[in-house]
Amino acid sequence: MSAASKIALRGVTKSFGSKKVLQGIDLDVAPGESMVVIGGSGSGKSVLLKCILGLMAPDRGSISVDGEETVGFNDRSRARVMRKFGMLFQGGALFDSLRVWENVAFGPIQSDGMKAEQAREVAVAKLGAVGLGPEIGELFPSELSGGMQKRVALARAIAREPEIIFFDEPTTGLDPIMADVINDLIVKCVSDLGATAVSITHDMASARKIGHRIGMLYEGRLIWQGPVADIDHSGNAHVDQFIHGRAEGPIRMQVRKL
Amino acid sequence: MNIPLLTVLGRMSLAFLEATGAVTAFAFHAVRQAVQPPYYRRQIISQMLEIGYYSLPVVGLTAIFTGMVLALQSYTGFARFSAESAIPNVVVVSLTRELGPVLASLMVAGRIGAAIAAEIGTMRVTEQIDALTTLSTDPFKYLIAPRLIAGIVTLPILVLVADIIGILGGFLVGVYKLDFNDTAYLRNTLDFLEFQDVFSGLVKAAVFGFLITLMGCYHGYTSKGGAQGVGMATTNAVVSASILIFTFNYFITEAFFAR
Repeated sequence: MSAASKIALRGVTKSFGSKKVLQGIDLDVAPGESMVVIGGSGSGKSVLLKCILGLMAPDRGSISVDGEETVGFNDRSRARVMRKFGMLFQGGALFDSLRVWENVAFGPIQSDGMKAEQAREVAVAKLGAVGLGPEIGELFPSELSGGMQKRVALARAIAREPEIIFFDEPTTGLDPIMADVINDLIVKCVSDLGATAVSITHDMASARKIGHRIGMLYEGRLIWQGPVADIDHSGNAHVDQFIHGRAEGPIRMQVRKL
Repeated sequence: MNIPLLTVLGRMSLAFLEATGAVTAFAFHAVRQAVQPPYYRRQIISQMLEIGYYSLPVVGLTAIFTGMVLALQSYTGFARFSAESAIPNVVVVSLTRELGPVLASLMVAGRIGAAIAAEIGTMRVTEQIDALTTLSTDPFKYLIAPRLIAGIVTLPILVLVADIIGILGGFLVGVYKLDFNDTAYLRNTLDFLEFQDVFSGLVKAAVFGFLITLMGCYHGYTSKGGAQGVGMATTNAVVSASILIFTFNYFITEAFFAR
């Protein structure tokens, strides 16, 4: 493990029944680095992220954050480490019973004990940082478009100024222009906070824009990783097929004939 | 032919034991989280309103008609033995010991158990529960514990209200349809009523409140697979809570009244 790693994974495996989803993942993410993990649907990207976050326990292997082993943490230790994390979920995962500002202020109020009035000011500031006016704060998530929900989710993810931010398919379901807006916001927010970022996506435009380094996950293994600039000449046939979106190549989609 | 049958029975037994173990472990964890701070007071009050206050109309209607039917049915039976004077006693004992807690709890199980399972199940499949965890908030403390506390506290209050309304229903039928003297009816009711009758009903209500909210939370929390999974969780919450209400009703009755 590199001493400077913010996040380090060694030999992480995870299976569901007979299906091996992660098969020995080794990964280092340096402080301030933006790491993007790409891969097809069902390649294990979301499981990898959930294992790092502690939402799932790996079967074997080591996951450390700031040099501290997190596998096997109890609830209290897990909550302490969670304080370092922010997470943008694929579908936003906004609390639909709360107003937008209450969603953004949820972490500061419930976890950090901030007074509601002060937390509301923080929420308005964070909404402003993602290009949303204070009037949006009074709405409920169901009253927002998909793009606005993603922005609110981003505002919630950065509300506690985390050291590490995870992005789960940040541009899925958005039109190309809104996807680019979200990518720009992610780059800006991560840069402003000086945070470490780990993103998973299969959107190559997004990966190129928000990442410093890219790793490709295939059949539960990281088959290639390197700087974004190197991905176009990776020398790996799987990576080439994926980034060019070709049906023909070593990656065979399991499609049943009609 | 016997071997496949045994295999099926064995698998069913194992599945039942596995489910029982999972619910028991969930219940222990939930109770442990409920008694330890922090307490989400706003959530607890909100759930008390939802479970208690908003269930009053349906519980009240159930209780009044139950009391009325009880008086009417008792009369048609007891008149054969010239024992009509026992009707107030039958109404009050039946309501406070059995019908009040059981019927009120079944109505709440249908209304609240389903709502809890649907709400928490939707939160599960839309990753809102994972989002709580990433915001350093324990879902058991924030979602489960307030519902359990609200269920245990509000069901006895609801049942007390149901007892009073049910007795009123019996009184109305007794006095205005069966021509009982109103003072005599009330005196008979109060003279026959014992503390243990009401107390046992309230203990039942607290236990049923726990079971209803526990089943709603458990099935919602463990739901998976999108809308179909949430629908299944809702059904399972109501069915399992109803079965548990009848099962525990017997054991609590035996604990209080078996000689």
